[in-house]
Amino acid sequence: MHSFAPPALLPALPELVLVCSAMLLLLIGVFRGEGSSRLVSWLAVLALVVTLGLAVRVGLEPRVSFYGMFVTDPFAAFMKTLVLLGSAVTILMGMRYFEDHGIARFEFPVLVMLASTGMMIMVSANDLITLYLGLELQSLALYVVASFDRDSPRSSEAGLKYFVLGALASGLLLYGASLVYGFTGTTNFAALATAVSSGGAPSAGLIIGLVFVAIGLAFKVSAVPFHMWTPDVYEGAPTPVTAFFAVSTKMAAIALFIRFLVEPFGPLLAEWRQIIVFLSVASMILGSVAAIAQSNIKRLMAYSSIGHIGYALIGLAVGTSSGIRGVLVYMAIYLFMNLGTWAVILCMRRNGQMAEGIADLAGLARTQPGLALALAIFMFAMAGVPPTAGFFSKLYIFLAAIDAHLNGLAIIGVLASVVGAFYYLRIVKVMYFDEPLAAFDRPISAELKGVLLVTAIVTLFFILLPDPIVGPAQAAAASLFGK
Amino acid sequence: MIIQTIMFYAFSAVAVASGVMVVSARNPVHSVLFLILAFFNAAGLFVLMGAEFLAMILVIVYVGAVAVLFLFVVMMLDVDFARLRSGFLRYLPIGALIGFILLAELILIFGSWELAPSVATAKAAPMLVGGISLTNTRALGDLIYTRYIFAFQTAGVILLVAMIGAIVLTLRHRVGTRRQSIAAQLARTRAQSVEVVKVRVGEPVDGV
Repeated sequence: MHSFAPPALLPALPELVLVCSAMLLLLIGVFRGEGSSRLVSWLAVLALVVTLGLAVRVGLEPRVSFYGMFVTDPFAAFMKTLVLLGSAVTILMGMRYFEDHGIARFEFPVLVMLASTGMMIMVSANDLITLYLGLELQSLALYVVASFDRDSPRSSEAGLKYFVLGALASGLLLYGASLVYGFTGTTNFAALATAVSSGGAPSAGLIIGLVFVAIGLAFKVSAVPFHMWTPDVYEGAPTPVTAFFAVSTKMAAIALFIRFLVEPFGPLLAEWRQIIVFLSVASMILGSVAAIAQSNIKRLMAYSSIGHIGYALIGLAVGTSSGIRGVLVYMAIYLFMNLGTWAVILCMRRNGQMAEGIADLAGLARTQPGLALALAIFMFAMAGVPPTAGFFSKLYIFLAAIDAHLNGLAIIGVLASVVGAFYYLRIVKVMYFDEPLAAFDRPISAELKGVLLVTAIVTLFFILLPDPIVGPAQAAAASLFGK
Repeated sequence: MIIQTIMFYAFSAVAVASGVMVVSARNPVHSVLFLILAFFNAAGLFVLMGAEFLAMILVIVYVGAVAVLFLFVVMMLDVDFARLRSGFLRYLPIGALIGFILLAELILIFGSWELAPSVATAKAAPMLVGGISLTNTRALGDLIYTRYIFAFQTAGVILLVAMIGAIVLTLRHRVGTRRQSIAAQLARTRAQSVEVVKVRVGEPVDGV
């Protein structure tokens, strides 16, 4: 028998802890039976927070393990922090919702934990095989949670649609990965980088493979023209699940997008930049124009997330350290304002029914001024109005674009955000100037209140103390280019 | 060597013949059984090539799981195969065209096949680790449980998610279902379950 050195487990410690605690919670849930969903939810939040701490600690310096398949670095730590925050808050926000709808089951937090494990593996992928496995682990758990309200036809439809289109995206991605492997002879990102930078002009097959993988990833971040599933899935899935899709999933997919394009294919910036520029422009324009006609707030948020991905992709198109820093800051602020908005949407209940129309918000400022103020803050931030955090996230992106002489992209971005401001501010107008309807159900649960308070404070006062987000983002972006 | 050649032709002839029967058999159950026969012969061909792991996987996965699933589907679903086959002549030209294109592609591929010079020597060299020649099952195991342990374990977690998902989406706890209670069964005594009744001719039995 030949000897082999066991791989270092430390770099993957957060993932191991998370997946083991997910299995433990599964056992607890199974043995305690139906009524255990609240206990399992709280334990899941605890496990996610512990994992977050470990991920930050482990990611301080770059480490590679599992024979080059897995990497942690400050970039991975930053994105994992965002992913885990999103997951933990989703579980917190979901507890009351699922209980009110009679679908509270302990599998939900367990599936969210397993999906988060997949997302962390995506963020830490250093090999095409790891990339695909992480993506599938995440997606499979997401298909299930999308149709978690299995007696509702809309929820089942959302899950089925997401599953079919997600499988198509996986197929495209795998086809691209097989071409990349065929033309370079390796699946490892570091080896791919040497193969790409040493070989002179890249072969057409490699470029085609790259394009197919990029299309697969564009499906996952729902960039135009691969966005068709987004509004239907967002509308049909249970609201906490939609929040999870809008936040954590986006974080992991954009992190994977960045790592895949910058690390192995950094030398081919000129080749993939045009793809990203196209995705970005199309997403920004469609995200702002198509949202105008929406009357359902969940659909509106779907188009809003498509638009936001367009802005974030500007930073990726720049392809420099400052561009990536812009994306990271953008995604961090997107996380806070989006979580806040979804918390408000979860508060929109009237007589035990979810109210999802924008018209349902009419006169909220007079019936529930606190809630209206919070939503107004988030809407101003989404529109990019100073002094909210949303303004600065766009500022970093546009500055990086202008530094890289992508002026056209920056101008289209500014114009699209002007158009987008219309529908964000329309919500503020409906809340403050329309005749009030009956108040929403009270009391708002303590978890939702906490989420609203924290996200509103971060969104509003980012201007005073930007360092806790911008500093780590800077280090994370530098670590991606430092190797 | 001569035995191997004979076996090769035997396996391939049966595989091709059962392939034809899969398409032409009138009874769908027979089709599936011929499919299983084709799988077994393909497995035999793999063994002849020295790929015993693939042969085992083919039998376990395709015969053991996929073909049996087919059999279930064919037997459970009431599909009218005669009607399905009714347009056979009408669709024959397009089917023949696609078959011809595939054949042409295969000929093109094998016509332009070039082996790297190192392949012949690499193929002839036995897989040796520490002086022991390895079977390819063992060689694969050596890689999967060391070099690819991360991917292997992640795939395991994906299967766990699939299992949880299937249960979450389909399991329904019905009220009023009668479940087997083994403890109650074991706790029953003879006195509780057996009653000796004297039956007299022409009289009703008490309590029945």
